[in-house]
Amino acid sequence: MEIPKSFLGYKRENGRAGTRNHVIILPVDDISNACAEAVANNIKGTIALPHSYGRLQFGADLELHFRTMIGTGCNPNVAAVIVIGIEPKWTKKIVDGIAKTGKPVEGFHIERTGDIGTTMKASKKAQEFVMWASEKQREECPLSDLWISVKCGESDTTSGLAANPTVGNLMDKLEPLGVHLCFGETSELTGAEQVCATRGATKEASEKFMKTWSSYNDFILKEATDDLSESQPTAGNIAGGLTTIEEKAFGNFQKIGNCKFIDVLEPAEEPTKGKGLYFMDTSSAAAECVTLQAAAGFNIHLFPTGQGNIVGNPIEPVVKLTANPLTVKGMGEHIDCDVSKILSREMNLSEAGDELIKTTLRVANGRLTCAEALGHREFVMTKLYRSA
Amino acid sequence: MATDIIIHDKKDNVGVVVIEKITPKQDCACWIMEDDSSTNIQSVDEIPLGHKIAMSDLKEGDTILKYGHDIGKVVKSIKKGEHVHVHNVKTKKW
Repeated sequence: MEIPKSFLGYKRENGRAGTRNHVIILPVDDISNACAEAVANNIKGTIALPHSYGRLQFGADLELHFRTMIGTGCNPNVAAVIVIGIEPKWTKKIVDGIAKTGKPVEGFHIERTGDIGTTMKASKKAQEFVMWASEKQREECPLSDLWISVKCGESDTTSGLAANPTVGNLMDKLEPLGVHLCFGETSELTGAEQVCATRGATKEASEKFMKTWSSYNDFILKEATDDLSESQPTAGNIAGGLTTIEEKAFGNFQKIGNCKFIDVLEPAEEPTKGKGLYFMDTSSAAAECVTLQAAAGFNIHLFPTGQGNIVGNPIEPVVKLTANPLTVKGMGEHIDCDVSKILSREMNLSEAGDELIKTTLRVANGRLTCAEALGHREFVMTKLYRSA
Repeated sequence: MATDIIIHDKKDNVGVVVIEKITPKQDCACWIMEDDSSTNIQSVDEIPLGHKIAMSDLKEGDTILKYGHDIGKVVKSIKKGEHVHVHNVKTKKW
């Protein structure tokens, strides 16, 4: 198949391109969710991103909070942002971070005004933003404007056999065309960590990966009260035939094809070494991982599943594929790309990779994903430790 | 070319069932992905889609190989053709 050289995206002020054109209402903290949701309810076409954190965090945990908030606002799938927090200082910090992209952003704090007054002021600005954004048109953008993140979920043995290698095939075909790629799931590489480390493009990248994995593994060993057999693999994984974390890890790892990663990113860290594949230190929980990748600037997500994970994200479209024919049959409304014919050998991996490229481009051009049509907007902040 | 079981790598001692289920004493066609070769096995247990079958006799302490790599240890001996899962295999990690 000849791969198209471009897609239709929204060009942003900082030179990036979006696959979506969202106006978001971003609460700085948990107690500002109500106001953010009131604004999104008032002004049609905006979306609120409620979450659970943002108060009394400190140190690396607070840095991650800001990185995720600012990164989410900066994502090219977002046209404009309203930030609402309880206090002015942290609200302003997030507004200033997002403003560097050149996109419209305005902050409001609730203290001394209250929810109702803030909702009114923020709604007026949100209306202005959404009407402005509604005039933005899709334009032809080079394929290299795609930043593709990947993560698998509710995996089973069909994931490792077919759905994950399909993503790997797509990576092998798109990497030479200059796209950015990102995989994560530190804990779910356990068992395959030594093999994964050999896939660093440089010695530094390999060493950084092993350091990151070891630190995660030490944390798990310290906190685990049992052998993790209820969590890794999950009950869904086990029902699908996966027996151990090692088996899951080697299946997981098929997603990167033959690509080598050029750098290891902190959670939600924006890549800065140019095109190519990156590894990001993330949890293996679906919504947490996708939220971090979206905050790092990735604008379309590929999600292979076995037993049928249903996750979505409010700003980064999540494309689902599966090779499990029972999942296609039982929950087809969640599956954007069916590659189950690989198992019956009616389709080879390269044909499946081509199908996935076609689906990915249709979604990049504007086709809704199943998760978008079904209203999946899981926005889940990663929290590193207890608050002060 | 219908296949009942897929094996990732020639070194693997387990295969994955890729039809809805296999029944006891079923003669199954296996496809080895690595070198596109074929083999056969007769099942002992009923095994559902996605679950693993032992391609050889395995004793306690043996290593299970899949993708050509170590994915855990045998904790209860397994006969060729039997179901391989959490009841007879455990992680070497955690």
